[in-house]
Amino acid sequence: MSVLIVDGREIEFEPPATIIEACNKAGVYLPHLCWRPDFSPHGSCRVCTVRANGREVAACITAAEDGMRVENTADDIVEKRKTLLSMLFVEGNHVCPACEKSGNCQLQAVAYYHGVTAPTLTYFYPPRPLDASHPDVVIDLNRCILCELCVRASRQSDGKNVFSIGGRGIDAHLVVNSETGRLGDSELDIDDRAAHICPVGAILPRRGAFQTPIGRRKYDIDPIDVAGDASEGET
Amino acid sequence: MTDKVKVATVSLAGCFGCHMSLLDIDERLAELVERVTFDRSPFTDKKILGECDIGIVEGGVCNAENVEVLREFRRRCRTLVAMGACAINGGVPAMRNSFSVRECIGESYVRGIGVEDPQVPDDPELPLLLDQVHPVHEVVRIDYFLPGCPPPADTIWAFFTALLEGRDPTYSYRQIHYD
Amino acid sequence: MTPRGAQTPVTPSDPGDSLLQALVRRQWTHGGIDEIAMAEIAGRYGVSVGEVRGVVHFYAFLDDASGVTHDIRVSDNIVDRMAGSAELMALLARETGLSPGESRGPARLSFTSCIGLSDQGPSLLVNGLAMARVDAGRAAQIAERVRRGESVSRWPASWFTIEDNVRLPGRLLRGAFAPGEALGRARRIGSAALLDELEASGLRGRGGAGFPTARKWRLCAAAPGAHRVVVCNADEGEPGTFKDRVLLANHADRLLEGMAVCAAATGADIGLVYLRGEYRNLLDGLEGAISRLRAAGVIGDGFDVHVHLGAGAYICGEESALIESLEGHRGVPRIRPPFPVTRGYRGHPTVVNNVETFIAAAMVALNGPGWLREEGTPQSAGTRLLSVSGDCASPGIYEVPFGISIAEVLERCEARDTRAVQVGGPAGSLVPATRFDHRISHEDYSTGGSFMVFDDSRDLLDVVTNFTRFFTHESCGFCTPCRVGGALLGKRLDKIAGGGGTRVDVETMRQFAGVMRSASHCGLGQTASNPVMDLIEYFPEAIDARLCSMDYAPAFDLDAALREARELTGRDDPRAHLDRSEA
Repeated sequence: MSVLIVDGREIEFEPPATIIEACNKAGVYLPHLCWRPDFSPHGSCRVCTVRANGREVAACITAAEDGMRVENTADDIVEKRKTLLSMLFVEGNHVCPACEKSGNCQLQAVAYYHGVTAPTLTYFYPPRPLDASHPDVVIDLNRCILCELCVRASRQSDGKNVFSIGGRGIDAHLVVNSETGRLGDSELDIDDRAAHICPVGAILPRRGAFQTPIGRRKYDIDPIDVAGDASEGET
Repeated sequence: MTDKVKVATVSLAGCFGCHMSLLDIDERLAELVERVTFDRSPFTDKKILGECDIGIVEGGVCNAENVEVLREFRRRCRTLVAMGACAINGGVPAMRNSFSVRECIGESYVRGIGVEDPQVPDDPELPLLLDQVHPVHEVVRIDYFLPGCPPPADTIWAFFTALLEGRDPTYSYRQIHYD
Repeated sequence: MTPRGAQTPVTPSDPGDSLLQALVRRQWTHGGIDEIAMAEIAGRYGVSVGEVRGVVHFYAFLDDASGVTHDIRVSDNIVDRMAGSAELMALLARETGLSPGESRGPARLSFTSCIGLSDQGPSLLVNGLAMARVDAGRAAQIAERVRRGESVSRWPASWFTIEDNVRLPGRLLRGAFAPGEALGRARRIGSAALLDELEASGLRGRGGAGFPTARKWRLCAAAPGAHRVVVCNADEGEPGTFKDRVLLANHADRLLEGMAVCAAATGADIGLVYLRGEYRNLLDGLEGAISRLRAAGVIGDGFDVHVHLGAGAYICGEESALIESLEGHRGVPRIRPPFPVTRGYRGHPTVVNNVETFIAAAMVALNGPGWLREEGTPQSAGTRLLSVSGDCASPGIYEVPFGISIAEVLERCEARDTRAVQVGGPAGSLVPATRFDHRISHEDYSTGGSFMVFDDSRDLLDVVTNFTRFFTHESCGFCTPCRVGGALLGKRLDKIAGGGGTRVDVETMRQFAGVMRSASHCGLGQTASNPVMDLIEYFPEAIDARLCSMDYAPAFDLDAALREARELTGRDDPRAHLDRSEA
């Protein structure tokens, strides 16, 4: 057993483990969006940025070392995290009142957790398309945060390859692997994990909306450090 | 009367839902009016804005008149507050941002279902549309943000009590949400 | 941790080939890759058509429609701008009738990131082939031929002449060398002695980071693997640098021998050169050198070299993105560790070094460990090729000893009234005159070789805005801070340049920069805010003079936001306008 010191608290872990894996096992919450314990780490959202032995790193792709000192709640780290969250909000079109994922959305949840009242950067308002060609699943790219959980779920869990990323820079976007580029012509099935893994409201199973009313949803009740990651398929 | 805090409120590109939520503080309204007086506001129907302590803005900025009103609020209110999702990020009205003004006007006044005598209105009394709907903080400096669609009455109350007591507002977990 | 790209099979097919190379070939032969071609290539390479689309849309030089006959891309580096590239673009647009950036039709006109000809701009690429010193007369001739639809293959060869502009050759450029000599000596002394010599020589990577070459080679040699790979990073994308262009054109033999020396030291059997797409005109020469060295037995026996072409993506200069690109993927940097030395191309231990590094390594193998140390400083042995451009009388290549001061370089290249020098390209440092006594070395100003000079007449806000736009255009889009932060920085700079910026905007840029520096996934995002931060620190007047007097200004131009509605209604009355200054 090795020891990690997170904000002064010692936690034990079994190497090899990343910082976030060690914390997760010990029940210490590290905010994150693109990381899930059962998929390969990605390191794209950077919301899990912490200071480890004096250096700022993404906790999901950095190995925990014995005796390593991790700062998770330092003011400057939290401020940076809030800026990152704001960046994710302003680059897309996140109209929470019009989104059926609201209340079960992990982007919201992490922002609530950090007490973000408003993302006050300059909004991009990008024109982004909707794909309603699939009988059971809808894609609304306005809300995509490029975490690639669907890409990984399809490849690593469903044994398919339904999603990729296209474009680059601020124009990077989710691409559907089908002749037409439409979801309805892809191999995606409603029982695939990729249809349910989206932590925000970009990929939504149909016919499940608003079964739990707004105000009584996951993150309406408990903060994410208690409630955990967004539930798969819950809208 | 003179030592009461002067409050003004307005709804720009909004639905007045945030104002309704303010009224939802219910019996605490009595307590509120003990301590504040409303200047220009849909509650008073006053049209002229005086010098105020607190200005509360609901709704985003979608046209030239919104800009002018918002600027006047900034000039006359010591503290300016963005109330609700639309003021904060444009909200539902900003969903028109993926269309051009030409498409929006065309749909409403030219090609839309049920349009008779199609024409683009050009009366100088009508405010011109901005090419996109913007949050209020992109047009003037904003001091506080009250999230929610609408912000819950409790959030609004927490905000007022803090400000009236001269401290920065803080919210409990359930008082912050975006929907 | 599973690194990205781990899906790639580790049993290599042809290491000279990949999905990307197939797409590059198709782009040349058919002027683009349409949906039918994408589906066909997807089938051939066993990937989904969505992935092919993702790759096509990642690389700036790949088009998703076929039949582009004339693709003109004007170099957008600030030094090309200073040489008149904006006027060149305007002239070409006027004379050809093409709209810049329009992506329809057989003839196209657009800007592209620096193409490595800052010493002889304004420059452009026609169907991927470089053209330098394009003056108004030449531009008119180009436009005329585009209008006629004349095939580029029939344009005069003299138009494509590139000057070397070697102004100051040193021991690396002058050193005598016969093919096979360095490799012969390396084999004679054996890999252990060779690595010891290389370590003693003090050679450090010339790409800019300065990692000790011997240490990198040792790590690769020690890593377990059925194959080992030597990769030459000839993706010289840092704006303002062009010394690899000259090395590749004139010293390819030595470069390849340096790679062979590395193979001898590490036990590598696969050699790859990643040549940036902008240097396609150097491909034939490079292939010729490979043939010559195969015939001479320097390569080909147990270690062969193949050339891959890039397709317009600066990020592929980052070594793990370069490896992704060699494997045919989008050039997105990998999670590190594992580093390429243990897990690189197709999972094999891989050395990635710069062109200049391999040449220097070949010279060390030939001349022994003391050769490099005859010049330079204790921590920065040898010489450094600088690509000097901008406001100076003699732009070109200068081989200078490490430790030379910036002032001395400025004197050499006959620069006058210099206000600032950008050392190391946009990712490097904007150096003010008060620091011209500082030195070019790993311990002071480290550089990949770019040295851009700006005199008193230049608006540094313009310079920095150009650099920031470059990074935004070249960001791979993988991580939040770089993807969004870079674009936000650009918005604030435009706001300030337009006269609508305030102190608040300057402070907000600091906030973005702080996040980008510490939270970005790779060096691109970590350095993309350097130009802005250097400007704020060393040239505050360049910003202050542009700030408006208000303590707050709107994020966008209010009056311009009413333009569309004014046009629709035909109104121009006072209430159809909004004044910016009235807050």
